Amino acid sequence: MIQTIAFYLFAALVVASGTLTILARNPVHSVLWLILAFFNAAGLMILVGAEFIAMLLVIVYVGAVAVLFLFVVMMLDIDFAELRAGFAQYLPFGILLVLVLAAEMIFAIGAWKAGGIDMGSRIAPTPSEVPNIEAIGTLIYTRYLYIFEGAGLILLVALVGAIVLTHRTRGGVKAQNVTAQNMRRPEDAIRNVKPAVGQGVEL
Amino acid sequence: MIGLQHYLVVSAILFVMGVFGIFLNRKNVIIILMAIELILLSVNINLVAFSAYLGDLVGQVFAMFVLTVAAGEAAIGLAILVIYFRGRGTIAVDDINRMKG
Repeated sequence: MIQTIAFYLFAALVVASGTLTILARNPVHSVLWLILAFFNAAGLMILVGAEFIAMLLVIVYVGAVAVLFLFVVMMLDIDFAELRAGFAQYLPFGILLVLVLAAEMIFAIGAWKAGGIDMGSRIAPTPSEVPNIEAIGTLIYTRYLYIFEGAGLILLVALVGAIVLTHRTRGGVKAQNVTAQNMRRPEDAIRNVKPAVGQGVEL
Repeated sequence: MIGLQHYLVVSAILFVMGVFGIFLNRKNVIIILMAIELILLSVNINLVAFSAYLGDLVGQVFAMFVLTVAAGEAAIGLAILVIYFRGRGTIAVDDINRMKG
């Protein structure tokens, strides 16, 4: 009973906040609705017993991706009203397209109800005695080790790529030149002079 | 327990909302990126629901990989957006085809 209520709560909130993400006038509000959508999706995943993915969703999406979006939205000085031009123009055809797409998918899901899924063999059956996180950890460090490493490599490439793309060298900055400092010998820097009495030293 | 169909319907609606978002805000690339995140989220819900109802953990592992790629895509997309904004002073992407060559 409580599961049913929780499911409908999370489902309604995830759909509503997803809708408001794309309809909100202010992009900052869009990001905040997106965060709410991620939280509720994490709730949906906890309901089916996928705690690890739910926590990952909160940490990665809410903690990293949404904050990144928030930074970019607030950092760039953009006239968002101008960008909304054409919104009403695309609306009728967009609604039509969306209704057709949603109807197709929901009909397909309803039609599929006719037959159950009979899987001949499961690759990694959900173990009943160990917790979800432990089971997934065992799986990704054994069977999917190379794909897991590949995922890490993708993140590394994304990290380096983002830095390379946005890095710029500024002109007119006084910076230390370590090589020039190390190359400087005493002969270049020190000069012995013997000025006559009454004369100054020329620097 | 809630049926699998319920999860699939929620995921389908979320997917369609993502497509709708790309369609409506086709100038504002930030909203387009957020709509892509919504689409990937719906894919993740689908994978996790099937994984739970079929009793096979592989779906959750692959949801994790989808999440990785989504994070990388958001980072690169926003980096491209920042350099585009630096060059043009706007993020209207409907005239991005002028960048030919």
